[in-house]
Amino acid sequence: MLNLSLKQLSQNLNDKTFSSLELTEFFLSRIKKYNKQLNAFITIDESSSLSMAKMADDKISKGEHKPLTGIPIAQKDIFCAEGWRTTCGSKMLENFIAPYNATVIQNFNDIDAVNLGKTNMDEFAMGSSNETSYFGSVKNPWNLDCVPGGSSGGSASAVAARLAPAATGTDTGGSIRQPASLCGFTGLKPTYGLVSRYGMIAFASSLDQAGPMAPSAEDCAMLLNSMASHDHKDSTSIDHKKEDYTTNLNHPIQGLKIGIPKEFFGDGLNASVQKIIEEALDKYKKLGAELVDISLPNSDLAIPVYYVIAPAEASSNLSRYDGVRYGYRTKEYDDLMDMYFKTRQEGFGEEVKRRILIGTYVLSAGYYDAYYLKAQKIRRLISNDFKQAFKKCDVIMGPSAPSVAFGSGEKKEDPLAMYLQDIYTISTNLAGLPAMSIPAGLSNNLPVGLQLIGNYFEEGRLLNIAHQFQLSSDWHLKIPEGIS
Amino acid sequence: MDWDIVIGIETHVQLKTKTKQFSGASTSFGNEPNSQGCLVSLAYPGVLPVLNQEAVNCAIKFGLSIDAIINRKSIFARKNYFYPDLPKGYQISQFELPIVGEGKLSILIDNHTKDVRILRAHLEEDAGKSSHGLSHGKSGIDLNRAGTPLLEIVTEPDMSSAEEAVAYAKKLHDLVQWIGICDGNMQEGNFRCDVNVSVKKKGSDVLGTRREIKNLNSFKYIKQAIDYEVNWQIETIEDGGLIEQSTILFNPDTGETKAMRSKEEANDYRYFPDPDLLPLIVTEEDMLIIKDSLPELPSEMQSRFVKDLGLSMYDATEITSNKDVADYFIGMINKGASAKLSVNWIVVNLFSRLNDGEMSILDSPVTFEKLAELILKIEDQTISNNAAKKVFEVLWKNPEESVEELIEKMGLKQISDSSEVEGLVDQILDSNANMIDEFKSGKEKAFNALVGQVMKASKGKANPSQVNEILKKKLSN
Repeated sequence: MLNLSLKQLSQNLNDKTFSSLELTEFFLSRIKKYNKQLNAFITIDESSSLSMAKMADDKISKGEHKPLTGIPIAQKDIFCAEGWRTTCGSKMLENFIAPYNATVIQNFNDIDAVNLGKTNMDEFAMGSSNETSYFGSVKNPWNLDCVPGGSSGGSASAVAARLAPAATGTDTGGSIRQPASLCGFTGLKPTYGLVSRYGMIAFASSLDQAGPMAPSAEDCAMLLNSMASHDHKDSTSIDHKKEDYTTNLNHPIQGLKIGIPKEFFGDGLNASVQKIIEEALDKYKKLGAELVDISLPNSDLAIPVYYVIAPAEASSNLSRYDGVRYGYRTKEYDDLMDMYFKTRQEGFGEEVKRRILIGTYVLSAGYYDAYYLKAQKIRRLISNDFKQAFKKCDVIMGPSAPSVAFGSGEKKEDPLAMYLQDIYTISTNLAGLPAMSIPAGLSNNLPVGLQLIGNYFEEGRLLNIAHQFQLSSDWHLKIPEGIS
Repeated sequence: MDWDIVIGIETHVQLKTKTKQFSGASTSFGNEPNSQGCLVSLAYPGVLPVLNQEAVNCAIKFGLSIDAIINRKSIFARKNYFYPDLPKGYQISQFELPIVGEGKLSILIDNHTKDVRILRAHLEEDAGKSSHGLSHGKSGIDLNRAGTPLLEIVTEPDMSSAEEAVAYAKKLHDLVQWIGICDGNMQEGNFRCDVNVSVKKKGSDVLGTRREIKNLNSFKYIKQAIDYEVNWQIETIEDGGLIEQSTILFNPDTGETKAMRSKEEANDYRYFPDPDLLPLIVTEEDMLIIKDSLPELPSEMQSRFVKDLGLSMYDATEITSNKDVADYFIGMINKGASAKLSVNWIVVNLFSRLNDGEMSILDSPVTFEKLAELILKIEDQTISNNAAKKVFEVLWKNPEESVEELIEKMGLKQISDSSEVEGLVDQILDSNANMIDEFKSGKEKAFNALVGQVMKASKGKANPSQVNEILKKKLSN
């Protein structure tokens, strides 16, 4: 069960080689064994998971098997799942039991996939190392002294250590791709609007996008088939024709034009990471692709623009956590203001407070034009860069992150160094483009991810290009030693 | 010194939609506190707003009815501030690009029409309700109203007296009900006015500093609050004081206004476009469909009544002051009643009875059919106008009675048989020779006295114009 792909697991469930109950118990026992070390999960609810598994078995026995029926999937704790504690990694929601299902969760429930548990994450998805979680930092299974990346670090650690065959993540500035890169598996951030944001606790609404995290591109394609849906509950959800992302995985990629942005290979890039990325690009050449030099001239503005827009939206999105209706409320207070101050002071962690402050500042009267409005203008320039680039190439490739996993605590006190972790991923969120990270090699026994960026709604194409790479490499199948 | 008064009004009109501005929760009034929440109006983690198209249609209807620009693209923005009855910590409103642009509303003041310019009207959601000091110094929050759709209608500072302000507010109140976008129930807060008041030296081009009186929910309060505020501002300035820009509250118990917060204490709302909502696009097609669904507007109806029915502009305006009155009137003239008499009867007799009982015309015990029948009896000279008033009073208390039978029963039928009237006249002339002499010597009063005598002799049933006519003929012989 450990080394089977989702397709193989699905086949075995349908053939009744093993039941969903057995499969779910298998992963729950792995979680029990390894979660103390990895801290990948915040909430495990064995009885809920097992009863979902039984229901799935029931469906399978009635012949109502669908591709993900009975497959346990770890859910990032940012998705509301009815009856499940949903914390978003924050003390603010430590005891919050979601009264409804996020559309992503509902989509999985509709085909009787099993919720394996809620994974750890940076608080309100703000972080790149999973060290801002109120529920403790998550460890990278490749090296327990290293971070798994963030903010979907719990999902990443769980998938890398095969505590779950697959997981969901969300990506606002790289939160799927950077941890996928640092933990050595495949992660996809879809086009903005492809996956509904309803029930996904908001960080920065115009950037947040949910996506699949699993060992292979083929696995991600199966997950995306369920995750993507037009949702009338999310006004920014796009009415895109339903696709089967597994259909075109085997398309040949001869003649594929791969754009190589020179800005992604500058000073900040670790040399051994660069080497591995270049080797991966060579492999693509051998597979019949052609490399094209391109430029994304406004790349260096992506981080500053992001750190205006994302905190601005976050400062407003997080206003609802005021201690009035649900969530944490301070114990003692004198009056309303005192209650607000103490509740939010005590309920939010440092990084969240930092971003609320930045966001509040940039939206303030007298600063709005200079920061927020300016950032929106640059955001359009960045989108334009990609538009120009895609005239010359079919896909853009480069590193997912500037380095391999770094040591726990290494960048914790240096927010700017931490923010640079997302230097290659943020611009695609600003443009709303789909992008992936796939394992490309190991450096010092730590994974390196190759990033693939596609044009709008080209998830199918990206998955195809990734799958072709994975057919002739096995980096995505590697499991860190000591875990198996 | 003489002063000019400058008034602008922002009105929050609660739109008559079944569900909230951005969710499927009910908007009905008066239910158990917090029974109309849904996850969206309670701002649960992860929920998202979805625009209520019905509210958009209401806004467009309003725009079309005041000849306003309808912006083809408008933007929802977040207005950020913390308060326990604002669940999200921000209100979704429209800031830079509202759905309705410039338009105008004309009011009738001292028999003259005056245009009040509308600057804009935008869609937003209402907050919940806080009740302070419920028990043990605690405050209660009722979120039933949170998320209810509002149209905020903002005028230019075009009004220059409390009377004009009230005339505008009434006109707007009538209009939004007329076009069916608001229930207009002011006690329930369906129609609330924020009134900006400033004073300046007579004729001066420089506006004074304004103070904003919040949340006035009756026409009486609007008048009282403005009168008090204007006096206060003038006295303050004449005493050498300065007016500070501020938000104030009107206390109906004391009739006074009191500052709530000054400009310095005002919130920085940190408006920015709501990333959860796409720009609102209104297509030509949407506009045409909504235009077709609009009823005939009061202004259109007024011109029609003046042209086709020969009403004066004043009467036409009175009778179209609200939709139900206009419907009542149209019902009457469709039954064949004269337009002029119908207007008089509605505006004078019916209104005074309705006002006594604080009733709306919809509650009138006398239906338009009955009133029309009564008026037809005046027109065909079956009864006199005075007799009709008597019938009306009885009908008011006994609406089930028939007009025909009442006239019979009350013995009010006019004597219009000319020989009978002539007989009466002769009888009076015979016994009042002295009055005939007085009349012939030039005393006009004597004529009226003779008419009175004839009427008296007929027990009021003689047709007065017939009496007049016959008497005049006989006396000139």
